[in-house]
Amino acid sequence: MCLFGFVMCLAIPAFIVSVEGNCANVDFGQGVLRRVNVSLVNAKVGEYVIVHAGYAIQIVKEEEAKETLKIWKNVLEAGQP
Amino acid sequence: MEENYAFRDAQFARCIVEKIRGLAVKTGDVKFCHVCGTHEWAIAHYGLRSLLPSEVEVIAGPGCPVCVVPAAEIDAVVFLAKRGVVVTCFGDVLRVPGSDSSLLEAKAVGADVRVVYSVSDAIDMAKREPDMQFVFFAVGFETTAPSTAVEVMLGPPENFSFLIAHRLIPPAMELLLSIEDLQINGFIAPGHVSAVTGLNPYEMFPCEYKMPTVIGGFEPNDVLMSIYLLMHQISQGEPCLENEYQRVVKPEGNPKALEVIRDVFNVSEGYWRGIGKLEKSALTLKDEFTKFNAQTKFNIPITEGKDRQQNCQCHKVIIGKIKPDQCPMFLKACTPAKPIGACMVSNEGTCHVWAKTIQ
Repeated sequence: MCLFGFVMCLAIPAFIVSVEGNCANVDFGQGVLRRVNVSLVNAKVGEYVIVHAGYAIQIVKEEEAKETLKIWKNVLEAGQP
Repeated sequence: MEENYAFRDAQFARCIVEKIRGLAVKTGDVKFCHVCGTHEWAIAHYGLRSLLPSEVEVIAGPGCPVCVVPAAEIDAVVFLAKRGVVVTCFGDVLRVPGSDSSLLEAKAVGADVRVVYSVSDAIDMAKREPDMQFVFFAVGFETTAPSTAVEVMLGPPENFSFLIAHRLIPPAMELLLSIEDLQINGFIAPGHVSAVTGLNPYEMFPCEYKMPTVIGGFEPNDVLMSIYLLMHQISQGEPCLENEYQRVVKPEGNPKALEVIRDVFNVSEGYWRGIGKLEKSALTLKDEFTKFNAQTKFNIPITEGKDRQQNCQCHKVIIGKIKPDQCPMFLKACTPAKPIGACMVSNEGTCHVWAKTIQ
């Protein structure tokens, strides 16, 4: 399941289904599959990438996403504003 | 998974807004500027402005790459389209007004203009139709430039060339700081541009201009958290550069993408619609790639270009000086179905976003 839901955004996170050289088959969520170019990132099957105009520009780290939420919780639970 | 939709979680949002309200008492009136069409979309779509206390204002800067393409560059690509060259482009460029005609209007009178999802799709078309000349109209900021650069580097087929209209975001942010009556108190820097560039280009804002800067993601709670972090910096009196979007933006950016941009492009002065000339704000093909440059290949005449249609206020909207609904033509003469100014054309244009979401 996609950690980020579907984002209407020029660069959307996609799940890597398979990789073949510089091309990967990715799932944009809800079964929307497309071939994208992954030559700019070192992405493996099972990772999420940010795709912009058919090219993956960055890998999204699931553990970083969890870490961000943890930081937020800490900030929000702290006493002072 | 509990985290699944936490970036959109209402309870989270309420907590952040509560903190923002607490800080607003200390900071007084503040104005933050983002420079990304997708940030404006997130803010408008999720109604985030309605959650913020009256002290906090968020304005949209020049964050739409399509909106800042000057008429002269549209004229150049229309020139090619009308001379039998197949023009390939992203969908939102189609209706951007040129001096006399948009690409869509050129298509209506018979030009072969094709919308592509990606530059690689355009190259595939050129391979399939070797008897036709193809041009890709390369519009976009640092997020799109690497894809163009990759294909230039790979060497497209003989019948393919590029008309480059790429622009860089940091010079536009710097310009906003020089507009006296704008008086911005902090930047929400664009997350996906930063995914490519890394943190480096933004260091100057807190260091040289003492401007709080937070690189923000695009989920509603990302945006609220970015606002909170900016207010926290202001309340502490310590402007710095923070990265709220760590799950995507690494400090070094994407080194491969930066390298291919450096290999293929020179950084030069660029003209922005509604803004004017900005130093070191445009990418142009290096000399060794001249044979892929449509400008020289087809000897396109350089025109002055008429950027502004009568009564159009896009030049003020684009720098955040006025809001879309302060333009007399907004949703009257100028609508998403029949746009007059560039800001109403693209999905990322501030007027388009407002027209579609704020009614």
